[in-house]
Formats: sequence, structure tokens, C-alpha cells
Amino acid sequence: MSVETHEAVHRHPAPTSFIRKYIFSLDHKVIGIQYIILALAAVLVGMTMSVLMRLNLSWPGTSWSILGTLFPTGAPGGIMNPDFYLSLVTMHGTIMVFFVLTTAPQGGFGNYFLPIQIGAEDMAFPVLNMMSFWVTLLGFLVILSAIFVEGNTTIANSALGLWLGGGSGATVGPIGGWTGYAPLSAVGAPAGPGQGAGMNLWIISIAIFCVGSLLGALNFITTLLNMRTRGMTLMRMPLTCWAWFTTAVLALLSFPVLLGAGILLLLDRTVGTSFFVPGGLVFGSSVLTSHTGGSPILWQHLFWFFGHPEVYIAILPGMGATSHILSTFARKPVFGYRAMVFAIFAIGLLGFFVWGHHMFISGMSPYSAMTFSILTLSIGVPSAVKTFNWLGTLWGAKIRFQTPMLFAIGFVSLFVAGGITGLVLGQSSLDLPMHDTYFVLAHFHLVMGVASIFGMFAAIYFWFPKMFGRFLNERLGQLHFWITLVGVYCIFVPMHTMGIVGMPRRYAQFTEYRFLDSLHPLVVFVSIAAIITVLTQLVFYFNLIWSVFKGKRAGANPWEATTLEWITDSPPPHDNFAGVLPVVYRGPYEFAVPGAPNDYLMQTEPDVEGAPVTGVPDNGHNGHKH
Amino acid sequence: MATTVTSTRPLTKKGFSGGSKGRGSNGNGGPKKNGHDRRFPDFQSSANRYRIGTWVGLASILMMFTALSSAYIVRAASSSDWKPLAMPRILLLSTGLILISSATLEHARRKLKAAATAAYKSWLLLTMLLGLGFVGSQLLAWRQLVSQGVYVASNPHSSFFYLLTAAHGVHLLGGLIALSYLAIRSRVRSDNATAVLRMQAGADAVTLYWHFMDFLWIYLFVLLFFVR
Repeated sequence: MSVETHEAVHRHPAPTSFIRKYIFSLDHKVIGIQYIILALAAVLVGMTMSVLMRLNLSWPGTSWSILGTLFPTGAPGGIMNPDFYLSLVTMHGTIMVFFVLTTAPQGGFGNYFLPIQIGAEDMAFPVLNMMSFWVTLLGFLVILSAIFVEGNTTIANSALGLWLGGGSGATVGPIGGWTGYAPLSAVGAPAGPGQGAGMNLWIISIAIFCVGSLLGALNFITTLLNMRTRGMTLMRMPLTCWAWFTTAVLALLSFPVLLGAGILLLLDRTVGTSFFVPGGLVFGSSVLTSHTGGSPILWQHLFWFFGHPEVYIAILPGMGATSHILSTFARKPVFGYRAMVFAIFAIGLLGFFVWGHHMFISGMSPYSAMTFSILTLSIGVPSAVKTFNWLGTLWGAKIRFQTPMLFAIGFVSLFVAGGITGLVLGQSSLDLPMHDTYFVLAHFHLVMGVASIFGMFAAIYFWFPKMFGRFLNERLGQLHFWITLVGVYCIFVPMHTMGIVGMPRRYAQFTEYRFLDSLHPLVVFVSIAAIITVLTQLVFYFNLIWSVFKGKRAGANPWEATTLEWITDSPPPHDNFAGVLPVVYRGPYEFAVPGAPNDYLMQTEPDVEGAPVTGVPDNGHNGHKH
Repeated sequence: MATTVTSTRPLTKKGFSGGSKGRGSNGNGGPKKNGHDRRFPDFQSSANRYRIGTWVGLASILMMFTALSSAYIVRAASSSDWKPLAMPRILLLSTGLILISSATLEHARRKLKAAATAAYKSWLLLTMLLGLGFVGSQLLAWRQLVSQGVYVASNPHSSFFYLLTAAHGVHLLGGLIALSYLAIRSRVRSDNATAVLRMQAGADAVTLYWHFMDFLWIYLFVLLFFVR
């Protein structure tokens, strides 16, 4: 057995045809890149929608002719109507949360690097892995079609919209927001334009996405438990792996709940059950008599039982990547590795018991509210442990300020800036006036949206050399970082003020709300900052495409990092380690090791028994030995 | 944490063995288990992943039914329109069939462990027949209710009855597909030790799944008709 070649054992041989190699591939690396491309496409759509919303907020009533062409009923004559604005809110939220923040960090980077970092040749179930991507892509196509089906006579699939029972509303997509609160999401067309076929497609898309995520989560957990290479004990895993593992556990336990809730919602809409719809609802001048006795709050409970873990699904991989990158570029071990692992677990665990803090104004008992409040604030403890340890890792280090490091530090900054307002919103009494204002918007965009995105940026700048054998352009990367960092603060810090003044979320425009008139210059400022920030992302897209072909070539270990992905070629061969699985002898962050030939030790470096001891330093204080 | 911020220990006689201290703060936890060069994953471990994967998958299925059960309990308590159905008698037959099928599948799995392949095949087929009988019996229960004019939207209890039985039925059909896969694989005669291990792991995984479906049905049956 010991002389067999690896190819004989690898569960799927290297593919030869183009289709098997790049499209229906079983290789976790190709699937990871497919997920990243999906997220890059989805984030373009989501960003475009946010710019459209900003245009409407700051320059209401302006005619944008391209809009009128694309959405003749949503923006007649190019002027956006409020329903269309609401459907943009819904689509932006749904696409960003599900198809960007859930796919890229976990499905993308996790898929690519988890097997390599634990020394495996592939995921445990390559076929399930492939299916999870294609199912997710199908979900994306369905959600995209949700905005085109209703009330749209110029696009061919409007017939599909009619067939799905949508009727012809005056708008183009579901308008209920990414939370899809019942009963408006549950009664169909009477709830308003866009709540017919568009809403059906929204639910179907989410259900499809759940299935794809569950397949992925199953694969991640099994791979990590079963396929670690020799010597890769749990406590020798990079923190990225811990983060992906915890994320997979969260996905495994929370997506089924959303799937169940989605099925109930769809039944309410299509076969006339009354899970979420109470009796006697009045729409316009008519009373809805077809439903009785359902509970709209039940939807909120089910949704947020999924929804809160979901925000950790988005951010935990970013935390893992940040820890990893901070250590590498500070040339120091992660401060408090064990504490970091337990903090990740604590955050994941507590995340399941705090969903009620999204529902403080739903009329819940003050005692429940207090319980949820205390549990919510207690998440501050592991979060503070993580932040403290990140700072401890940076403390006294000779930091290499390259783009991945900049974005990782940016992650810490955004996580703190966005997390601190969580202490405000987590208290039921303070949440009451802030609820559904721009304060909430600013909080979750900073902490779960932008921080997660910064984690992904750090990850892509860090791992791009491994994935494509070339660096991303450093100069463009630094430009990208600085404008984006300043830009997102310019966007979201003023929103806190708006929220405190009382500006409500999800309003298409504020022309009728005189008490907000004084905020208008701030609204325009935010929009300009948003447009500049979004345009800067085009630099990033250009950098990606250009660097794949023309970037500076990278060797196997360009960052002088220690984990297993850096012992193999860039890009890695089909089975990751060219036939011989590595053996691990030490922890993942051995930087600044006194007496070592370099200032770092790879995880595969064996101990040298009785090696001559030269130049023992005084416990390596500046972390840089040569 | 016990060590300083930089937390690298001075070099010892053992060389730069950064990972030797159990409770260090820099990711070197755990005792060293360095072995020989490992070229391949061993087959036992690759067979294990079917068992692990099944357990993990069952956790997610359990979560979905937990969510639906909590919806059931909340909905039953939240309104006065809750009118529990009378239990269709044929569900007792369903319950009997699925209980027996669990026993036959367990027997088949043990036959495979004992290398009695022929017996394994026949017990497998018997299990599939019992599984199909269960599905048929459930469909008959639906037919009975429909003939009494009880539909999905008739009242919340009937909604949950149809939903939960359908959700369970879909998962059970998945189990039947897995059983047919086992049956097809059992025709391939192989003396290869790896293939035998794999076949056993597959049988273990499917048996586990099937027992879970059995347990799930008993749970749903009790929830629907004895808890109300």
C-alpha cells in the first residue's frame, strides 16, 4: 500500500475535458472559485441597487431614462415609484445577505482552503459539493427573476409572472424586505404590487438556497472531522478552519428552520392554510375572509431563529481570515489561540439564543425582552476577547503593511465601530426608539455587511497568489483599501445621526417629512460617498481580472506564512499536495521562533531532536529575527 | 493566557519544538502525535465519513422538524380554530410497518457484517417492501381524509397533518432511494476488502437514517394525535 501512487487512491481522477474541469467540476478549488465568481456577480447587482436607492433618496423625482426602459412600470418615465424603491430594498438585502455574505466567505474561500489547510486532498463528498454550488446558482437565478416577473410587459418572462399567479401589479418585485414579514408576505397579491409572483419566487429562491447551504455545511463538517491529515489535531488547526467549521455548524442548524418556515409561508400563499395569517385582515375596503387564526409573530420567531445565526455565518469566516492574516503580517503568533477558538464557539452558541432582540417591538413580554437583552449583551464578552487578542497580536509587532494586512486591520476597525452600537440596540429600552431607523441600518451594515466584506477583501488579497500563482497589484490594492475604508465610514457614520434624529428605514423618500429637512445635506453627502465607494470597487474588479493574466508571479509561499496551503504549488495541483499528504508537527502560527533558521516555522517542519542551540534570544520581543 | 504577548518560548534542548507545551497560547495545543509519512487516507476513515455525514445530515433534518413542531405547538395554543382530527385507523398499520422495517433492516445490516451476502440482499428487499407499504399506507390515510372532506386548508390541525406527513414521506422516499442503491450495489460481487468496508459503511449509514425516519414517525404520530 505504501508504494501505490496517489492517483490510484484519489477519489476522482484529474478531469481532462473542459466541462468537467471548469464547469461541472468535482474539485473543491474550482467549486470555490465558482462560488467567488457567483458572489462577485451578485455583489455587483446588490451594489447597483444600493446606488439606485441612494439616487432616489438624495435626488427624489429625477428622471433616469435607463430605469424607465428597464422597468417601465416600476419607474415610469424613469422616475422611480415608491413600490419600486421597496422592491430594490428587498432585492438588495436578499441578494447581499444570501448570495454574497453567505456564499463568498464560506462557499468560496472555505471550499478552496479548508481542505488544503487541514491537509486533505478534497472535500469528503465532492459530488455534494458540486451540487451545492449549482443549487445555489439556481437560487440566484430565481431571485433575479423575482424582480422582473410582475407588471413587466417588455421582458419576455412576464408571461411567467402571470402563470405564477402574480397578476400585473404596478411594480416589479417583492416589497417586503429581506425579512419577508407575515402577514404581508403571506396573503399574496392583496398585500400590494410585487407580493404576488415576485414573492413566490423570493420564497422558492430562499428554499433552494437553504438546500444548497445545507449540502455545503454537511460537507464542511464531515471533511473537517474526518479528513485531517496526520498530526493535524484540532488545536493545531488554523483559526480560519475553526471559523469555517463553526459557520458550517450554524448553517446546519439554522437553515433547516428557515426552510421549514418558508414551506409554511408558501403553503399559506398557495393552498390557503393559516399558519401566519390571522383572520379579519382588512386590505383597502375588503376584509380577507379566507384565513383565520394564524400568528404573524410565529413567522418572526422562526425567521429570526435563523436570521441571527445568519449574521454570524456572514462574519465568522471574516474573523477567522483576519486572525490568520494579522498573525502572518505581524510576524507573531496569534495572541491567545485557545481563547480565540473558544470565543468563536461562544459567539456561535450564543447566536442561537438571542433572536428575540430583533423583535423587541413585537409586543413580547418585558421579561422575555430582558432575557434576550442580557443574552445579547453577553455576546459582547467573546467579541471583546477576540478584539483584545487581535490587538494583542498587533502589539509591539513589526507589521508588514501590505494590502491583505490593511484590510484585516480594517476589519477589526469596522467590527469594533459597528459592534459598539450593538450594545445600544441590544437593550430593549434603548432599542424601542431606535427600531426601524437608520441607526439600525448603520449598525448592521458596518458590523455584518462591510466588516464581512473587508474580511473577504483581506482573504482575496492574501490568497489570490495561491489561487492563481500571481499577486494582485499592490498599488491598486492600497488605493482600493484607503478609498473604501474612508468611503464606508463616510456612508455609515452619518446614518447613525440620521437614526437618532428619527429617520425611518425603508422610506422611498422624505420630501413629506419636514422634520427631516435639515438632514438633507447629510443624505446627499452619504449618497456621494456611496457612489465614490462603489466606483472604487471597479478598480478592484479590474485588478482581479488584470492580475489573473498579468500580475506579478508568486512563488509557493510569498507571504512567508506557515500553514499547509503554502507548502504546495501556486496554484495547487488537482489533489492539492501532488500525491503525498503532509504531516503536521506543530501549531499554525509559529512566527518569531527563537533559533529557527527563518522567523517562522511551517506546520510541516519536524522537530529536530537535540539540534544545536544557537543564538537563544530573550524570548523574542519584537517578533522579527532577521 | 500564560505566556507573554509574543508568546514564543525560548529554545530548549528539544530544538525548536514550538508545539510541545499542551496549554500554550499560540495554537500548539494537544500532545504531539507525529507519525510516519502518510501517503493516503486509510479506507476505514474514508468509510467513516458516510457515518459522520449521516449523523450531520440527521442533525439538520431534526432541526427542521423541531422548527415545524414548535410552529405546531404555538399555532395550537394561539387560536380557537384548532379542531383536532380523529386519527385515521390506517396510521396504526403505517406505524407497525415502519417499526418492522427498522427491525428487518437492522437484521440485514448484521447479515452483511457476518458476510452473509445473500441473506443481506433478501432482508434488504423485505425492508424496501415494508417501506413501500408504509408510503402506500400513508397515502391511503390521505385518501380517507380527502373522502371525508378534510383538506390541507380545512383547519390548522389538518394543515399540520398533511405537512408533517408529507415532509416525513419525502425524507422516507430519500431513504428508499438509498435502500435501492444498497440493493444495486449488493449485486456487485467483490472480494476487495476496501469495497466490503465501503459497503458496510453504506449499510450502516442507510440503517441509521432509516431508524431515524422510524423514530421521527413515532414522534410525529404522538405529536399529532396524542399531544394535540
